[in-house]
Amino acid sequence: MLKNALAGAAFAVSALVCSTAFAQTIGFSQVGSEGDWRPAFSANMQESAKDYGIDLKFANAQGKQEEQLRAVRAFIAQGVDAIIIAPVVVTGWDQVLQEAKEAEIPIFLVDRDVEVKDPSLYVTRISADFNLEGKLAGAWLAAESKGTCKIVELQGTTGSAPAIERKKGFEAVIGQFPAMEIVATQSGDFTTEGGKKVMEAFIKSTNNLDGICASFAHNDNMQLGAIQAMKEAGLKPGKDVLMVSVDYVPAIVEALKAGEANASVELRSAVGKFIYPVILDYLKSPQELPKWIVIPSDLHTAN
Amino acid sequence: MNKKYLPLAATIAVFIGLFLIGGGLYRNFLSTMVLGNILADNAFIIIAALGATFVILSGGIDLSIGSMIGFVGVCMAVLDSMGWHPMVSAGLMILFGIAYGAFQGFVIDFCRIQPFIITLAGLFLLRGACFMVTLDSVPIHHDFVDAYAAAKIPLPGRGVLRSSALVMLASLVLAIVIAHFTRFGTNVYAIGGDKESARLMGVPIRRTTIGVYALGGFYSALAGVVYALYTSSGYPLAGSTLELSAIAAVVLGGTLLTGGVGFVVGTLFGGMILGLISTMIIFQGTLNSAWIMISSGGLLFIFIVLHRFLVGSFNLRGNS
Repeated sequence: MLKNALAGAAFAVSALVCSTAFAQTIGFSQVGSEGDWRPAFSANMQESAKDYGIDLKFANAQGKQEEQLRAVRAFIAQGVDAIIIAPVVVTGWDQVLQEAKEAEIPIFLVDRDVEVKDPSLYVTRISADFNLEGKLAGAWLAAESKGTCKIVELQGTTGSAPAIERKKGFEAVIGQFPAMEIVATQSGDFTTEGGKKVMEAFIKSTNNLDGICASFAHNDNMQLGAIQAMKEAGLKPGKDVLMVSVDYVPAIVEALKAGEANASVELRSAVGKFIYPVILDYLKSPQELPKWIVIPSDLHTAN
Repeated sequence: MNKKYLPLAATIAVFIGLFLIGGGLYRNFLSTMVLGNILADNAFIIIAALGATFVILSGGIDLSIGSMIGFVGVCMAVLDSMGWHPMVSAGLMILFGIAYGAFQGFVIDFCRIQPFIITLAGLFLLRGACFMVTLDSVPIHHDFVDAYAAAKIPLPGRGVLRSSALVMLASLVLAIVIAHFTRFGTNVYAIGGDKESARLMGVPIRRTTIGVYALGGFYSALAGVVYALYTSSGYPLAGSTLELSAIAAVVLGGTLLTGGVGFVVGTLFGGMILGLISTMIIFQGTLNSAWIMISSGGLLFIFIVLHRFLVGSFNLRGNS
C-alpha cells in the first residue's frame, strides 16, 4: 500500500513536472449531479485532474443518455487522448464505443458498468465494489457482536445495483456465523424519510426492537432516518442497537461523534487519485488490464 | 427579400455564425464529423420538432412528445425481448402514435379544450404507461438494429451521415411537402393564422385539427423509434422534458408560437442550433453544463423578442 502510495506520489510529481510536455486531454462524461455523493465525485475528478496535469473536458449529462452519447461523440470528434464514462444506463453503448475504438481512443468506465457484446470496447472499469462494502459492514458487525446478532436491514431501492450487491456481500459474511441472522428487511429507497418509516414499522413489529442487536442500512441517509425513528420511540441508537451503514456522508460523521451510529463504510468520492494513474499509465504503454480495478473501501467507526 | 423569410434567414445566419465561432475557438470543430454528429445526435429532437411545427403552426401545442418517445422506446424493447422484428414493432408503435395523436386532436376540437391541458394529460398518461411496461433499461438485441446502427454514408473529411440523420432528412422532406404543397398544409396555416376566418372560408376545422395532432403523433412516435434504435435500448425515463426542446427548436427555427407563420425547414436549423450549443460547451470542457440551458434560454429569449419586433414593425402576418 505504502509502496503504491509512494509510486503514485512520484508519478504525480513527474506528471506535474512534465505536464507542459505531455499534457493529456481526457474527456469525462458524468451521469449528472444527483444526491450528495456524485457532485463531490465530479469536483474531485476536476480538482485532481490539475494535480496530474490533465486537461479534463467535463460534460454533465444531467441524467440523460442522449446527452452522454452526444458528449462521447464530441470527445471523439475533438480527438481527446482518452474518454472516461460514468454511464447513465448499462445498455446502448456498443455503437458509440465502436466509434471510439475506430478512432483509437481508449474508454475507461467509472462507477457503473455497461453491457456490451465485445468487452474489448473498453479498457477497464475503475470503481468501488458494492459487494465488498456489504462484506466489510458484515465483518465489522460479526467482530463487534462476537458472532451473535439479530439484525434488521434497511434495503436500498429495490433492484438497484448497490442494494443488490451490498445485501449479497453482507449476507455472505454473516452466513458464516450460525447465530447471526436478518430477522426483518424492507426497502427504504435510499432516503431519510424511507429509512424512518421502515424503522418505525420494525419498532412496532418487534416490540420496541426487543432482542434486536443491530441495524444495517444500505446507505447513511436511511440510517439517519432510522436513528430519528428510534429516538422518537425512546430508544438509544448506537447503544441499545448497533448501527452500521454505507457511504460515510457528513451527517453520519456527526452521528458517529454523538455515539448514535457505530460504523459507516466509506464510498469514496475522492477517487481521482485511483483513476488517473491507471489511465496515464495505459496511455504511456497500452497493455491488457483486468476488466475491473476495484477502489478499496474504508471503514469508519465511532472511536 | 420578402419579409416573411426574415426569421428563417436570421436562424440560418445564427447557425452558420455559431459554427464559425466554434471553429475559431476549438481545434477540430469546423469539420464534417461535428456536422454529421449534430445531425445524428439531434435527429430524434428534430423529427419530434417537425411534428411540433405543424401543431404550433395550427396555433396549438403538444406536450406529450417526450413521453411518447419514452413509451415507444420501452414498448419496442419489450416487444424485441418477446421476439418481434424491430421493423414490425416500429410500424405498430407509429400506428399507435397516429391514433393517439388523432384522439388528442379530436378531444381538443370536440370538447373545445385547450391543447395545453389535453396534451399535458398525455404527458402524464404515457410516462406512467412507460413505468407500467418496465422500470429498467431494456436492451434491444437484433441483427437489424446492429445493421441500422452501423449503416452510414461517408461525407468528405472524417464525417459520416448515420442512419438516424438519414431518417431525419427523409422526414424533413416529407414535412416540407405536406406543409407547402398540399391543401392540408394550406389549411394548417389558415387555422393558425385566424381560425374564425378560416372557418368562414370553409376550411374543415375538425378534420384539420385531428390531422395536425395525428401528424404530431406520427412524428413523435417516429422520433421514439429513432431514439430506441439510436440507443438500442428502451428506458422508461427516456425523452423526459424533450417536448420542451422540440418546442424550442421550432421557435428558434422561426415559427411563431401564435401560429400561422413559419417554415418547416427552419425547425431543422433550430434543432441544429440547440445541438451546436451543447457541442460547443462540451468542446470547451470546463464550463458547467448549466451553460447549455442558459445559452439556449438566452437565445430563445432573443428570438422571441426578435419575432415580436418583426411582427410589430413589418406587420408580418398581414391584415385580415
